[in-house]
Amino acid sequence: MRISPLGTTALLFEAPGPAALASQERIWALATEAETWPEIREAVPGMNSLMLSFVHPPRQLAPMEARLRDAWGNGQPLQQQGRVIDLPVVYGGESGPHLADVVAHTRLSVDEVVELHAAPVYPVYALGSHPGYCYLGGMDPRLTTPRRRVPVMRIPGGAVSIGGSQTGVSASDGPSGWNTIGSTSMCFFDPARSPPALLQPGDAIRFHVERVIR
Amino acid sequence: MIEITTTGGLATVQDGGRRGSLRYGVGTAGAMDTMALAAANLLLGNEENAAAIEIPIFPFAVRFTEACCFALTGADCAAKLDGRPLLPWWTHRGLAGQELVLGLPQRASRSSRAYLALAGGLDVPEVLGSRSTQLRGAFGGHEGRALRAGDMLRAGSPDCPVGFGLTPPALDLPLLVDDLPAVRVLPAAEYGCFTEASRDAFWANPWKITAQSDRYGYRLAGEKLVFTEPVEMLSHGIVPGVLQVPPGGQPIVQMSDAQPSGGYPKFGTVIEADLWRLGQAPIGSFIRFLKTDWDQAVAALDANRAWLDEAKRLLDLRRM
Repeated sequence: MRISPLGTTALLFEAPGPAALASQERIWALATEAETWPEIREAVPGMNSLMLSFVHPPRQLAPMEARLRDAWGNGQPLQQQGRVIDLPVVYGGESGPHLADVVAHTRLSVDEVVELHAAPVYPVYALGSHPGYCYLGGMDPRLTTPRRRVPVMRIPGGAVSIGGSQTGVSASDGPSGWNTIGSTSMCFFDPARSPPALLQPGDAIRFHVERVIR
Repeated sequence: MIEITTTGGLATVQDGGRRGSLRYGVGTAGAMDTMALAAANLLLGNEENAAAIEIPIFPFAVRFTEACCFALTGADCAAKLDGRPLLPWWTHRGLAGQELVLGLPQRASRSSRAYLALAGGLDVPEVLGSRSTQLRGAFGGHEGRALRAGDMLRAGSPDCPVGFGLTPPALDLPLLVDDLPAVRVLPAAEYGCFTEASRDAFWANPWKITAQSDRYGYRLAGEKLVFTEPVEMLSHGIVPGVLQVPPGGQPIVQMSDAQPSGGYPKFGTVIEADLWRLGQAPIGSFIRFLKTDWDQAVAALDANRAWLDEAKRLLDLRRM
């Protein structure tokens, strides 16, 4: 594991090993505990990681780091029984401008990429990036494609994309370093709703192939 | 009420930032120069983090539809009220029908963003605990977007004492290296993933704020940061100030509209106490980075707090 400061604003805890559901369940449990600590404003799960933002930064980091290590060592997985949301996806074409890059990098065919991508039920591991955005676990490792060398200034809401070993759906227009392979339409976020995000860790997404544009 | 009469775009309503919604993917947003925002509010006797207008593009002008007290901080923009020059970092009263015009930032101030605060703070609805504009989520601030000509904004209170000012914190808390504005950086988790030569060059050389810089992040240009080996990471929480390095080697500093998570390797983090300095750096200007440690970074926050407390004490005396 690794613990490192993000300036004096937050502390980042990274669990050992690759992202997997069992490890992520321990991250959720650690978040639930750390949020009760008085120095902590918010405990925010990432992919196999947890960010703790401070109300005020502690004078010394070491005691906080020790407490975090202990809590991780003693923590039990927190299993969540969430909802499954079905999302139809149009792969390729104008809404999937980087599908060709994923095909080139993985040396799979367009059909294989689409088939592998739409096969799993993806658990939501964490939210982040932008309002309502879900980081999903369980992508087939054969689809792993590096993030783009230079981030794209704007990808549209609903974009389905791959970044490294992860996949996700953007919830609104904005910059991204990921490879966009398709698009879907779903409202993931409404600030007037409580909670404002449609999905939370433990829920899941299932993609359906609506169309493939070659 | 004030009416926006001229805006070059990108002027937004911002307060001290939105906290507690990172778990929903909602970043903090908030003023790029939180010291200037707090000073403008203290000048008017407002709550320190009340909402004001952040103005990055000029000229910018408003018309008062009724008498209203206001404060101007941040970049000195040679402001004029019905043609009469106004002091920067000062409180003033606008009368019904008068027009306030902010021109280009004065070069000597090396600043790029002005703050216009109104007595009582801007009266816009609070969304998820803040009045800051969340541009990506299109909520908060004024209708979740940048201000346009014709927009009307209401002040929280009609009146307050005016006719006094403050010395800008850039003068009281200067930080320069080789006559360039500097900010302190705390090394982050992937600091060791870069060659020693490129790490040394990072600290030794100036970095240019490129034109592809905005409230989301500043893309910098300088001597390329070289990885000792390719690094591909899982997405994790990040905060404003984090200096990410995409494979191309030119770093991006996350700013106020930073997303709450990312996956590029992190060279370091511009400390929270110095983000206001970076928030004022004009596009095309150069900055220097200074290596710091945890103790100094916490002490720098204390120094900012002490400046604000002293400003409040002096202003409270003026209002007695």
